[in-house]
Amino acid sequence: MSAKGAIVAELVNVSNFYGKARALDGVSLALPAGKMIGLIGPDGVGKSTLLALVSGVRRLQTGEVRALGGDMRDRSHRAACAARIAYMPQGLGRNLYPTLSVFENIDFFGRLFGQGAAERAARIVELLEATGLSSFGDRPAGQLSGGMKQKLSLCCALIHDPDLLILDEPTTGVDPLSRRQFWELIDRIRARRPGMSVLVATAYMEEAERFDWLAALNDGKIIGAGTPAELRARTGQPTLDAAFISLLPPEVRGDHQRIVLPPLPPDGGGYAIEAENLTCRFGDFTAVDHVSFKIRRGEIFGFLGSNGCGKSTTMKMLTGLLKPSEGQARLFGETLDAGDMATRRRVGYMSQSFSLYSELTVRQNLRLHAELFELPDAEIAPRVDEMLRRFDLTEAADARPDSLPLGLRQRLQLAVAMIHRPEMLILDEPTSGVDPVARDSFWRMLIALSREDGVTIFISTHFMNEAERCDRISLMHAGKVLAVGAPTDLVAQNGKPSLEETFIAYLEAAAEPDGAAGAAEFRASAATLDLKPRRFDPARLWAYARRESMEILRDRLRLAFAVLGPLVLMLTFGYGISFDVENLAYAVHDQDNSLQSRELLENFSGSRYFRQKRDIASEADLERRLASGELKLAIEIPSGFGKDLASGKSPEVAVWIDGAMPFRAETIRSYITGISQAYLAEQYRRRGLLSAAAPINIEMRYRYNQAFKSVYSIIPGVIMLILMLIPAMLTAVGVVREKEVGSIVNFRATPVTAPEFLLGKQAPYVALSFFSFLLLLAAARFLFGLPVSGSTTALILGAFLYILATTSLGILLSSFLRTQVAAIFVTAVVSIIPTVNFSGLLVPVSSLSDAARRVGLAFPCGWFQEISVGAFTKGLGFATLWPDLAILCLFSLVYQLCAVAALKKQEA
Amino acid sequence: MNSGLRRIYCLSVKELRSLVADPILLAFIFYVFSFAIYQVASGVKFEVEAARVAVVDEDQSELSRRIAAALLPPLFKSAENIAPTEIDPGMDRGRYVFAIEIPPKFASDLLAGKKPSIQINVDATAMALAGNGAVDIENIILQESASFLRGDSSVASQPVNLVVRAKFNPDLQSVWFTSVMQVINNIAILSIILTGAALIREREHGTIEHLLVMPVTPLEIMLAKIFANGAVIVGASILSLFAMVRGVLGVPIAGSTALFVFGAILFMFSVTSLGLLLATYARTMPQFGLLALPVIVILYLLSGSTTPLETMPDWLQAIMQFTPNTQFVSFAQAVLYRGAGLDLVWPQLLAMAAIGMTILALCRSRFSKVINAM
Repeated sequence: MSAKGAIVAELVNVSNFYGKARALDGVSLALPAGKMIGLIGPDGVGKSTLLALVSGVRRLQTGEVRALGGDMRDRSHRAACAARIAYMPQGLGRNLYPTLSVFENIDFFGRLFGQGAAERAARIVELLEATGLSSFGDRPAGQLSGGMKQKLSLCCALIHDPDLLILDEPTTGVDPLSRRQFWELIDRIRARRPGMSVLVATAYMEEAERFDWLAALNDGKIIGAGTPAELRARTGQPTLDAAFISLLPPEVRGDHQRIVLPPLPPDGGGYAIEAENLTCRFGDFTAVDHVSFKIRRGEIFGFLGSNGCGKSTTMKMLTGLLKPSEGQARLFGETLDAGDMATRRRVGYMSQSFSLYSELTVRQNLRLHAELFELPDAEIAPRVDEMLRRFDLTEAADARPDSLPLGLRQRLQLAVAMIHRPEMLILDEPTSGVDPVARDSFWRMLIALSREDGVTIFISTHFMNEAERCDRISLMHAGKVLAVGAPTDLVAQNGKPSLEETFIAYLEAAAEPDGAAGAAEFRASAATLDLKPRRFDPARLWAYARRESMEILRDRLRLAFAVLGPLVLMLTFGYGISFDVENLAYAVHDQDNSLQSRELLENFSGSRYFRQKRDIASEADLERRLASGELKLAIEIPSGFGKDLASGKSPEVAVWIDGAMPFRAETIRSYITGISQAYLAEQYRRRGLLSAAAPINIEMRYRYNQAFKSVYSIIPGVIMLILMLIPAMLTAVGVVREKEVGSIVNFRATPVTAPEFLLGKQAPYVALSFFSFLLLLAAARFLFGLPVSGSTTALILGAFLYILATTSLGILLSSFLRTQVAAIFVTAVVSIIPTVNFSGLLVPVSSLSDAARRVGLAFPCGWFQEISVGAFTKGLGFATLWPDLAILCLFSLVYQLCAVAALKKQEA
Repeated sequence: MNSGLRRIYCLSVKELRSLVADPILLAFIFYVFSFAIYQVASGVKFEVEAARVAVVDEDQSELSRRIAAALLPPLFKSAENIAPTEIDPGMDRGRYVFAIEIPPKFASDLLAGKKPSIQINVDATAMALAGNGAVDIENIILQESASFLRGDSSVASQPVNLVVRAKFNPDLQSVWFTSVMQVINNIAILSIILTGAALIREREHGTIEHLLVMPVTPLEIMLAKIFANGAVIVGASILSLFAMVRGVLGVPIAGSTALFVFGAILFMFSVTSLGLLLATYARTMPQFGLLALPVIVILYLLSGSTTPLETMPDWLQAIMQFTPNTQFVSFAQAVLYRGAGLDLVWPQLLAMAAIGMTILALCRSRFSKVINAM
């Protein structure tokens, strides 16, 4: 592949801004092909942005980027390149799917690149062997350690034999043994595929030392490029680390001196942490196995170990976040009590993953924590400023953490952990992803805290030079402590040349044989890829559909909600909503109390519609009981009623209705009309008079529902309601969740197109919702005794098209919204309001106002209501319902097109 | 306790900032309390109003014309004259809810005392209208026939004069009812989703872990979510009540505003707690969405804000009394329409407070279990 020339990618005058912040500033750079190229530089200088631009994942703002012989602005070139570039984003396994197994994750990527079953199987076996993951093939990715996740990510990137492999800080947060295995793996792959170019961003200078070619970045600009030897020669420095620092402008260099740890004063300050037989089990798995150690006050105690060995779990037990299954811990001599607020104030904790508020700015985060730790008001602002300065965050003070590079976010977490001047710091890999300059200044701070203020520091790290600065370190593996001691003592005991070698020796001795680096050779298979990009590939759609199905099938709770929710709704509404208003509370104010008045009132007390309450005592009582809502109607008979009636004076009787709910009031009024007609007819008959009513015969024909049962009108509507709410909610979080979690990057970095991605994510939910519809249909027939009087085929086809439309609506909302919270809220509103109000569920569409009617027609629910009611109760078939069916198709199409338009393949 | 209040305040400010950080969400909250209220309140009528009626007039007499002409707004849209063959397709498509068939020689048969028949076709799938509308039409036909028979249009005097009057909403305008009930329904949707999702987000982003190592109790975290989201929603709903319901839609508000606001705060407290409680049963946002939606819809449709409670079977009415929505709907109707005072509505206020406290206590006990299961 390198036959195309000596250059794999080229940037000309590229600039990139995030809002006002500048990430890249007129960068021009040519990257040689077939080489291992390193990007080095402090945090936040634009390394990740540069990689994202070269891979085509991010949209180019100004300048020109050419990669693999074409312009990356050109959409068709990007599509053609997608299968030849592999991009592994920053962060431990951010592009993996936690509920899928190791095998399934790689398999998914294989499918995205259009590989056949046999090819995938062969490649996966090969990759798993080469990375030493063979025995973990069935383990869900979410349960892997950080180092294993990185290896898995690499496998996913390598499945399609890329010509350009782009790795963004692949070894950040990975233990030394795994790191070594990782680079050996890359070397083997490169040996087999010499044409492949590898572009790596890294913060480890030792790693950069072994690369073929380096570009050093600072502040969005290239400050040096060449082989490591050239860079060292140019600056006249012995190490790359030093060479890089001397390339930096003087003001950034800082006072770079060797860090020295003054000896710990031997005073008997007692122990800050005493752990005795701490054990933590998750089910069968023992994460921490009888761990004991003691940390003196003011000591810097380092915690080293392979990824997933139980370091973080131990730390969480010490903070009280996890309850130990066995054993106990004492903090400052007192048994740890998770609920004790006083102890919490004395401890500062920083967790491994970023756990601050991404919606607050850097300064607001610091302020919040200062306030929660109850720093005096006057001190808060100066303390926040001090922390900003100390951690070099002043420039980023008003930015939100998501927009910051990993290194700056880590510094912010550290600043937060230290803001309340704790006596003890528990820091879980605080320097992962932080650049060397910042790390050094951070360590100077830690040492000062320990030696001057007597702060105890319990820190875990993967950097050996940091471990060397600790008073004592503990090596941990598979839940057990292997060794504890001063770093120099441990090295001396083992007779190895360095701490790293010592550490690796311990790990190798303790490691299970199958966990070790795969000795298997990586055989590069002949690329069988069809490099011509296909616009629409059902295999890629299927890859997403298959993955989405596996995820929902494994998420039992969500599956249960999705299937049971509709049934619960159907039962509740089927039994709950009706229009048969009965048992209306009424009371009588009978001031006459005559035979005649009682006769009139009997008509009310005998009606099933009314339920009599105790008599009304006075005018005020009437007012009060109507106002409180106790009575829905009150009847007032004046004194002298009986006399007047007998003398034919036509006395007046007042009936008061509670008008607060107009529908109920109208119903009451029509009941009264019925009662009074019957009463009047009786009166006429008694007097031997002809009824004033005309001698006609009115025939009421209740069509479609002879028995006039509410169920007949409610159930079809409830099905319409349910099939809007649940399917839309199922898909609405789909895309937006990938945006929040980060796996959206797989959509951006692989050849999958927007329609494939969206349809693939939609398909499983269409199937699930359709299944749910069949359940509802059965419930309607057998529980509520509602047969389909019209065409069952039309109903089923209608339901299918309707589900297609409602899931598409969810997909559309999901593709333009940014947060899951917004997606859930908007979907709830958009699905509930039109279905309940404008679709004929309760109020017939024909009596809506014109504007409301149009709103109803703008959603698929109104159209399906016609089909549902038509097929269930009106006995209709295709002949009448075809326009509704056609329009439902149109809805799906329009929603899909809008969703495709809203979802951008490149990050803005 | 003082410092506890302070922490709750800090956390509430944080919650508000999170809310403000999502402009699309804010825009939607605005929409829900303004245009959405207007659309529903002005568009949806439960009572017989502007119902579509068709008349098949095969008699073509003065009487048949008088009957058709008597079907007038506001109860009915002016009747449409159609041919007999148009009845079936028209009703199948839902164009008419009622179709009246007046047979040939209807008027002359009436005058001859032959007791002629007239048929009213009712679309019984349109339950809300069908029952009351049919009674109204029947009345109109009887009256018109009677006056036609007497040869005048005066109303004959009756032995008893039953005067039916509606209190609190004399013209039974549904906009009075629908607008306020929409505000209540939207409060419930928002409260449950915003607070519940805020908790899930903290869990998904790992920030809850961070909070729990600080001197902050789970109760403080929960209360902060309730206060912050509650304040926004109470504020928005009161604005909506005055600007949209009273201002634009012109609905008079009878009772004490202060009392209503107090009730709204208690209601908010209980529904936001409900949102938190639901969030403790879900592990991820997609699960929460699927759990919250049915709960919201059930509260929406069965609390008495859409259909009368009297339509439900007794057991369901009894269950619904334990939901904050049912209590608040009955409170709001009493205060806003009937001008009821504290002396009349204290039972509902007490019920809402009790429901809220119970849910919050339940939530508090689930909280620690949930955190340990992370």
